[in-house]
Amino acid sequence: MNTIIAILVLGVLAALFGALLGFASVRFKVQGDPLAEQLDALLPQTQCGQCGYPGCKPYAEAVANGEAINKCAPGGEDTIKKIADLMGVEVQPLDENHEADNSPKVAFIIEEDCIGCTKCIQACPVDAIIGTTKQMHTIIADECTGCDLCVAPCPVDCIEMISVATTTQNWQWDLDSIPVVQIN
Amino acid sequence: MESVIERIKRGSFSQFHGGIHPPEQKFLTCSKPIASAQIPEQLIIPIRQHIGQAGNVMVKVGDKVLKGQILSDCDSPMSVPIHAPTSGTITAIKSMAIPHPSGLSEACIILTPDGEDTWKQRHICPDFHSLSKTQILEKIANAGISGMGGAGFPTQVKVSTLAKIDYLIINAAECEPYITADDLLLQEHSPTILDGIKILDHLLTPKNILIGIEENKTKAISALKKATADIDHIDVCVIPTKYPSGGEKQLIQILTGQEVPSGVLPSSLGIVMQNVATCFAIADAVINDTPLIKRVVTVSGQALEKPQNIWALIGTPVGFLTDQCGYKNSQNRHLIMGGPMMGFSLPHDQVPVIKTTNCILAPSEIEIASPFSSTSSKEVECIRCGQCADVCPAQLLPQELLWSAKAKDQAQLAKLNLFDCIECGACAYVCPSQIPLVHYYRVAKAEIRQQKLLDIKAEKAKVRFEARKQRLEREKVARVEKHKKAAEARKARMNTDTSAAKSEKSAVADALARVKAKKAQASLKQNTAEGSVTSTVEMTAESVVPVAPVDESKSQVANAIARAKAKKIAQKNQAQIESLDTLQNNESLSSSQAAPVVIDKKAKVDVAIAKAKANENKPQAETISDSPNAQVDATTKALPLEIVNLASDSDDKATQALNKKAKVAAAIAKAKAKAKAKTAANLAAETSFDRAEPSTTPANIDVMQDSNTAAQADIAATKKARVAAVVAKAKAKKLAASSNKSTTSE
Repeated sequence: MNTIIAILVLGVLAALFGALLGFASVRFKVQGDPLAEQLDALLPQTQCGQCGYPGCKPYAEAVANGEAINKCAPGGEDTIKKIADLMGVEVQPLDENHEADNSPKVAFIIEEDCIGCTKCIQACPVDAIIGTTKQMHTIIADECTGCDLCVAPCPVDCIEMISVATTTQNWQWDLDSIPVVQIN
Repeated sequence: MESVIERIKRGSFSQFHGGIHPPEQKFLTCSKPIASAQIPEQLIIPIRQHIGQAGNVMVKVGDKVLKGQILSDCDSPMSVPIHAPTSGTITAIKSMAIPHPSGLSEACIILTPDGEDTWKQRHICPDFHSLSKTQILEKIANAGISGMGGAGFPTQVKVSTLAKIDYLIINAAECEPYITADDLLLQEHSPTILDGIKILDHLLTPKNILIGIEENKTKAISALKKATADIDHIDVCVIPTKYPSGGEKQLIQILTGQEVPSGVLPSSLGIVMQNVATCFAIADAVINDTPLIKRVVTVSGQALEKPQNIWALIGTPVGFLTDQCGYKNSQNRHLIMGGPMMGFSLPHDQVPVIKTTNCILAPSEIEIASPFSSTSSKEVECIRCGQCADVCPAQLLPQELLWSAKAKDQAQLAKLNLFDCIECGACAYVCPSQIPLVHYYRVAKAEIRQQKLLDIKAEKAKVRFEARKQRLEREKVARVEKHKKAAEARKARMNTDTSAAKSEKSAVADALARVKAKKAQASLKQNTAEGSVTSTVEMTAESVVPVAPVDESKSQVANAIARAKAKKIAQKNQAQIESLDTLQNNESLSSSQAAPVVIDKKAKVDVAIAKAKANENKPQAETISDSPNAQVDATTKALPLEIVNLASDSDDKATQALNKKAKVAAAIAKAKAKAKAKTAANLAAETSFDRAEPSTTPANIDVMQDSNTAAQADIAATKKARVAAVVAKAKAKKLAASSNKSTTSE
């Protein structure tokens, strides 16, 4: 008799907790992939596609599903380190296929050469190019992520990538880089 | 409870945490009068000399300017105008090294003085009480005054605060070990400074005015006390000498006992602080209508023969000032702008004096070693002595900050309140390991600021990327929708029984017919041996009949390709004809052989004529469907076709040549017919098969019969067959035209 009571009690408890867990899993279900979201927040959002994915979010999702963490060239070592921290994996050097130079750049349209073909506008992932058919185009420098995607489609090669100049506003206190003139 | 004022009157002050007592070097300059300003050969005036945005330059190269003339205007509250320090010519506006720790260049106006020092017209206002507050504020803003103590915050922003002010604190502490600029200014110009204080009093109406001054400035204290003796609510507070008591938060704590919390502006505590030099500039601006174009600069250091305070025009190169003070020649010359504690080394001596420059230090090698000489860094590992934490006036933990800064741990740095560090340098001063702590903090601060900017940018990019994706999706849906609607509308139109619908249908059918015709032509080309003109026509007609309804877009493409092919074939055949012509001309002219040649030539000519005719007929054909012209054409041109047929039958030798000619002619005719068919689309629809029949001669009957039988076989394709017949007829017309000419010539 005691055995039956014990089995019954435990069975009821199991059913109860099972139901509770089942309810909780439905009620508190997390929408989307939280890991991918976190990874996406670490990526530089240049949307350059150098990782082989059409944007930062698809790459974040791929990393969450086991893709290599070292494919974000604009993010560079810092981003790899952050992703490694989040994923709990070893830091890897940047994929060799990618350019190591991840200094901030901004696209520039040589306006007198522009023929107004709109090809770069279609290529820009962040809609940072203004212009229309047969009208000169120009880049909104503030919105440009420096992703390089507009350079290739240009039929007249009038887009160049310019490194963002160091100003007193974004200077990083790199005292060694100051050109010193000996005072005589 | 004793009030703050009572406590101050009693001479008791609060203490801020930490602080240091670096060796005093004020004696070098504090007893010498301020030397008057001299005009250098060239003034370099940076457009942005304060915290905030640069104004818009209002002058251009070559302009003559007067002393005090405005050079850049300000359109936002955080921008401050600049003025010409003397009269002269603007010789350039270019990037020049500015006084900044980075040694970077920024836009500067280069003014070459004319030496006359001619003032612009000024409006002196002896009684500022006659002015409204707004007018005073406007004067301060237009005079380009920004805080002259070091940070360079726009003064008009600070004094136009709406908060209720309890204390106006005038900062005369001047705690840096070398600087005596404020000291000397107080000694020589305390009445003017007092005017400035009165103006601020008028603007801010504080309950109390406290002048904080360190006890080591005895002459200045006596001058101040004398000037303020008859004013009740101004208290000269002589505070103990300790570095950095001149820091805003530190001085507030000393005088009022209140600690300014992290991230809070003093004005929200009812406190506004102004530097004495700023008070002087305010008085000058409001009363004398003199913009901020000169300031007192302490030029000091043991590498100078005559260290002294100098009135320097804004924009004066530092080298000009040091020369004035007898800069000794030595191996390692090294200039510091600002004091030894918080200043920065200059890359060269052509950097200009700006509104915030209070000191130029030319130390000897023993005094302060140049940071640029390789031997200067004697940094060793931190020994965890904790002296830095003891002296930190902001009560931070400098060691931990150092480690976190080295590890680039931004979250930890934020937790340790890195941004409360005032970069006073006390920690680095006491560090036995000679670690340049402040430098590490500056780098870390710059990195965090940069990271914040990048984060904002990334967020913006993300939003824009998502927005673009959505836009593309929307456009795609809209496009599909549009195409669907257009297709439906077209279908509906075709199903109605109007003439327009008919014409549209026939246009489609016509196009399809043309495609088929072209295909037939291609197959005929392979089939040269047995082909005759009749068979060509037959085949064309036949192949046209069983046209299946094809996708419209496909047919359009096919049509275009077919047209292009037809054109090519026509060109090729033309060439063949010509070569054939010459060949045949060389031979003896037998009648049987001569005929095709003539026919050929005529055919070409006739094609052109037919084309012209067709063009003429277009308008008529469109309006009058059964125009007699069309019928006549058909009859007259059909007749010669018979002749051609006969000729080919009778003359075996000529058959092959004729055949080729006929094909060519057909191709050309087809091309022409195409052009005609487009415009004659309406005509084609209206011109019924029946109507065309009576006008055709027996020669054409085989064509008709073929198409008739086909039409009977497939009732659904009747209309198409009709159209095909019309097309065939048009072709026949062309052929007929050509053979017609040939027969007449014969």
